[in-house]
Amino acid sequence: MIRLQNVSKTFARGSVEALRDVSLTVAPGEFVAIVGASGCGKSTLLRLVAGLVPVSTGQVSLGGTLVSAPRADTAMVFQAPTLLPWADVLRNVTFPLRLMGQANAETDARARALLETAGLKGFEHRLPKELSGGMQQRVAICRALLQQPRVLLMDEPFGALDALTREEMSLELLRIWAGRNMAVLFVTHSISEAVLLADRVVVMSPRPGRIAEIITPNLPRPRSFEQEGSAEFHSAAQRIRALIYGERLPRAA
Amino acid sequence: MPRSALPALLTLLVLGLGWEAACRFIPIREFVLPAPSAIWAQTYSVWPNVMHHTLATLGTVALGFAASVAISLPLAMLIAASPAISAAIYPLLVVTQAIPKVALAPILVVALGANELPRVIVTFLVAFFPLVVGTVAGLLATPAELIELGRACRASKWQELTRIRLPFAIPFVFGGLKVAAALAVVGAVVAEFVGADAGLGYLIQTSMAFFKTPLAFGAVLILALMGIVLFQLVTLAERLLFPWSSGADQAPPGI
Repeated sequence: MIRLQNVSKTFARGSVEALRDVSLTVAPGEFVAIVGASGCGKSTLLRLVAGLVPVSTGQVSLGGTLVSAPRADTAMVFQAPTLLPWADVLRNVTFPLRLMGQANAETDARARALLETAGLKGFEHRLPKELSGGMQQRVAICRALLQQPRVLLMDEPFGALDALTREEMSLELLRIWAGRNMAVLFVTHSISEAVLLADRVVVMSPRPGRIAEIITPNLPRPRSFEQEGSAEFHSAAQRIRALIYGERLPRAA
Repeated sequence: MPRSALPALLTLLVLGLGWEAACRFIPIREFVLPAPSAIWAQTYSVWPNVMHHTLATLGTVALGFAASVAISLPLAMLIAASPAISAAIYPLLVVTQAIPKVALAPILVVALGANELPRVIVTFLVAFFPLVVGTVAGLLATPAELIELGRACRASKWQELTRIRLPFAIPFVFGGLKVAAALAVVGAVVAEFVGADAGLGYLIQTSMAFFKTPLAFGAVLILALMGIVLFQLVTLAERLLFPWSSGADQAPPGI
């Protein structure tokens, strides 16, 4: 589905190397988490796949076609909910389709159904400022899902939420994902979140951003928080931690 | 009338009564400082005439304000759209603000004749600047993430401006409109001082020439009222048209 071949990205006229020689293939419907310290190019990687930023060298392709501009079948969820403050929840959710001229008679009904599954029934005509942070982020996720994307790109989507909301939302995301054939690229700072959610965890190392290793947590689905106590969970998390800190400690010394 | 306006009204009442009492008990001549009752009596005695001047000023204010809106909004969009245009226009705008408009008014009257046009231009020149600055600030303050969302949804530059940047700028635009409404009254009066045969500015000048100080005070009070009413009208328009923008719960008391 997603294929990155020897992708490098340099910013600011060659002075900042964000990514170096990254190759990664994501299967249709696969959930891949990307973890790494700040400055390892996680967000840049996501924006390359989204078509928001062009590659410097290498290729990014989706379903066999090269990505050169944003596409209708990829959707993005940012760390901040980025809702339109002037539009109510329903119009926020339908905004991308309306913007792309793809809204039709069923759009509103589908949006309402999505909001209901996200526990936002009755909030369709509220303004974003009337919702809590967690609810706003749910709206942003509904907005992305309404596009029926084949690729969902999430840039630390729960990073701004409190720990409890974060846990609740991550399981909810898994439930939503399970019902769809949708590949997810999920950038996060949280190792446990990555292990709990993903089929594969891509660990990146910084300056320049490279893939250090890809971990495959062998946890059965559906996932739940009980699995956080399992030996498999611990060994995967330990391995990721070693990869991230193991590289940074010698540098700091 | 919101209850929060009560303290301000009480203060006003006490000040007015104090003023009245001072004028009655201290021998101040009326043409130096008239008592509120004298202001009221003299203004009321020539009420149709005062109304005529008020409407003349209101006309100038309305036209100057409308011109400010009609010119400022497209200008702000141009400035926000391109750094090159911004670099070309913005310094000139700052120059227009450095010119004292009072000094410009007599020149404009000679150049354009003693009609409504120079007055409207002076009103416009006084009022438009905060509107441009406010709108530009709003257009450029749109969060990078909203712009990125637009790009991810394949929005064109035009869609980005009309569907994301402009709506986001609405609260900023209304901030500018409120200042512009108050300044338009100032601009109109300045223009009337220089070249007019009607209007409250003209009324103040002619009244003072005949030492009819109470009438001049009456005109000043009407001007103040006009500014308040225009400000409130803009606030009301914002609340009705863009309820998400006004944040009524955060408004300072009395406004």
